[in-house]
Amino acid sequence: MSKPLKQIHLAAHFPGVNNTTVWSDPAAGSHIEFSSFAHFARTAERAKFDFLFLAEGLRLREQGGTLYDLDVVGRPDTFTVLAALAAVTDRLGLTGTINSTFNEPYEVARQFASLDHLSAGRSAWNVVTSWDAFTGENFRRGGFLPQQERYSRAEEFLATAHELFDSWRGDEILADQATGTFLRDARAGAFVHRGQHFDIHGRFNVPRSPQGRPVIFQAGDSDEGREFAASSADAIFSRYATLKEGQAFYADVKGRLDRYGRRPDQLLILPAATFVLGDSDQEAAELAREVRRQQVSGATAIKHLEFVWNRDLSAYDPEGPLPDVDPVVSEDHISRGRAQVRMYRDPIAIAREWRQLAEANQWSIRDLVINTGNRQTFVGSPATVARTLNDFVQADASDGFILVPHITPGGLDAFADTVVPLLQEQGVFRGDYAGTTLRDHLGLAHPDADTDTGTGSGPAVASERAAS
Amino acid sequence: MSSTPASPLHLAVALDGTGWHPASWREPAARPRDLFTAGYWADLVAEAERGLIDFVTIEDGLGPQSSQVLDPDERTDQVRGRLDAVLVASRVAPLTRHIGLVPTVVSTHTEPFHISKAIATLDYVSTGRAGLRVQISARPDEAAHFGRRTVHRIEPPAGPAAQDALAELLDEAADHVEVVRRLWDSWEDDAEIRDTATGRFIDRDKLHYIDFEGRHFSVKGPSITPRPPQGQPLVTALAHGSAGYRLIARQADVGYVTPRDADQARAIVAEIRAEQRTAGRATEPLHLFGDLLVLLDDSGAEAAARRERLDALAGEPYTGDAPVFTGTASQLADLLEELAGGGLTGFRLRPAVAGHDLPRVTRDLVPELQRRGRFRNAYEAGTLRGLLGLARPANRYAAA
Repeated sequence: MSKPLKQIHLAAHFPGVNNTTVWSDPAAGSHIEFSSFAHFARTAERAKFDFLFLAEGLRLREQGGTLYDLDVVGRPDTFTVLAALAAVTDRLGLTGTINSTFNEPYEVARQFASLDHLSAGRSAWNVVTSWDAFTGENFRRGGFLPQQERYSRAEEFLATAHELFDSWRGDEILADQATGTFLRDARAGAFVHRGQHFDIHGRFNVPRSPQGRPVIFQAGDSDEGREFAASSADAIFSRYATLKEGQAFYADVKGRLDRYGRRPDQLLILPAATFVLGDSDQEAAELAREVRRQQVSGATAIKHLEFVWNRDLSAYDPEGPLPDVDPVVSEDHISRGRAQVRMYRDPIAIAREWRQLAEANQWSIRDLVINTGNRQTFVGSPATVARTLNDFVQADASDGFILVPHITPGGLDAFADTVVPLLQEQGVFRGDYAGTTLRDHLGLAHPDADTDTGTGSGPAVASERAAS
Repeated sequence: MSSTPASPLHLAVALDGTGWHPASWREPAARPRDLFTAGYWADLVAEAERGLIDFVTIEDGLGPQSSQVLDPDERTDQVRGRLDAVLVASRVAPLTRHIGLVPTVVSTHTEPFHISKAIATLDYVSTGRAGLRVQISARPDEAAHFGRRTVHRIEPPAGPAAQDALAELLDEAADHVEVVRRLWDSWEDDAEIRDTATGRFIDRDKLHYIDFEGRHFSVKGPSITPRPPQGQPLVTALAHGSAGYRLIARQADVGYVTPRDADQARAIVAEIRAEQRTAGRATEPLHLFGDLLVLLDDSGAEAAARRERLDALAGEPYTGDAPVFTGTASQLADLLEELAGGGLTGFRLRPAVAGHDLPRVTRDLVPELQRRGRFRNAYEAGTLRGLLGLARPANRYAAA
């Protein structure tokens, strides 16, 4: 007996501000102009994708005390772009990464509720929190939050936002011109929240939106983060896009749902995934190598080595051997505004391991960075990529993918034109949208205002993540 | 008689829900059930654009509307609830081509960093048609929505303590705008170089920390968003007294004021021009627009009857901060010309009923002003600053 085929969910991540994005390619366009966002969104909608995804960062990155200048720098405001995209698309979901540390619940809740109205029910919120006072220097309160409290604030932030969304049930507006009753309920939107981080009360001023609440994304990976996702999130933006790791993560998180009375299909697991397509598998493999070299220039290789060495390596030749000096182990890091440097918990050991790898393979600094960095998730002909991607989903390594093209804005076009039709032929991806809201696309129920307001305990949210 | 032709007037339309009269939603043209849809706002702005209006403003607030100035109410007979004005403007931007989009932002409870990039992005989305109208919040109930500060109740009539509190909030608003403006300039126009030879995407010497340190907050910069198409999107503010006039003089490109006649207009204009000199901005262009709430019909009697009907529905005569005009388009054109004689360069008209009075502005008033040679016959510039005759400003951080 075979189980029925799962339907794949696909999303499009607008290329971000790290070296995944190849800005030096002649085909690379603006990362700021609205025409790029419109092109990208229209491609995603033409291909019947579930949603578009925008990352966010609130302080430009620095390395060695100056602005980091080798990657794409700068991006527009998340909410403002999404609202404008609602005008040039009809069905595509609109997911924004919004920080819970440097915002207030009342304002963010009304922005998401407004976006949901203005898009007729297509908004989603990837909730993240910042990790340092460095970002805080751009905001009124500065770095006001002790590191250990950022998760509890994020969690209370989200719970408070839910209370605001739910402060309107949805039937308050009568607007009866004859009798003169606009509101059925004089206290519509009334709320009181008294907690550790927020002590607020009054009346929320955006009526209930088409989806009730935006779809909630979570991107954390800690045990507490997984627990929170299991209790309250609608989808996880995960980092495990290899088969084995993906299956382990999927089984772990889905296995936690039962405790909260939730079914496996009420929490979607959507890893970020990169791809390179070619006419043949061999051509794609060659192209993928070329893209990796574009992504890691000599200058970029040195800067990436500095993430681990935590010292100025500008005197080293990227085509030469690895430094023989050891990393500087310190709380002060040469790179600021970047989450990934925290992954290197034992830099001395990593440096030792990398030196051995480089020696064994006769790798230069640049070769090492290219070979130890992330490879593209899917490389091959359209048929190969369609098959691999579907195998991942059917093997319960994920429920779909958030695709991250490396070229702006046309990097999704070939995928839309060649891979999607194959998935549609196989009956594993929609031929057209069946519903109008993002919750419809994701198979999620619309929440009622008076039930289902629970949030979990434990860290809600990942570090601000500029996505792979 | 002078042979110099009078200069054309500028016209803005202020959008607020179904209109500025509290009973506007009861009118047949009001569409109150559509208020929270994109289509409603797109239709209004498209109508304004058909009339070659310079820009629309969109009201906003961080609490429900109220019939009380400083307190919430529990009325059920008026429109309550509204969408975020910046997002409404952005939603409409791709559907329009010429008209300026000027949402309200509240300085008292928001982050200048967020506001700066939001309006810069609105400028990108609209390809150079963005602005903001800065507003303070003096309502204790709105402060309680944020829980970050206590806003003391400003008791009318305005005593000295109330004046101080107001001046403090307006002073903070000026700092807020200063940060917003510096962040817009924190990238030079040619900072993005995409130099494949050196692998550098930006020339980091062309990005600038703004290092703002004020009494209320400090902001480091630079912005995450490059300098917007207009360089500096339009900054506007409404004021009714000296503290507000000072904010206009220090920070605005367009100020809205509420004189009842040409003499009063002349006095207000003189006061703001003097403040402008004090602020060292004497040479910078600053438009001063008169704000008027308008009820327009084919005859004065018809308009007056409509006003009476609306007042009866509301249960009380409408009184607001701005003068109310009731009459025909031709009579309104006479009034605007007269007020312009007091030194105003344009007007922001508040339709009493958006669905009725906005089309009267675009279809009756505009042709009347065109006949008199006082209004454009076509959009003549690609940006909002351009429509208002304002140059694209040099970047304050760029090396000369």
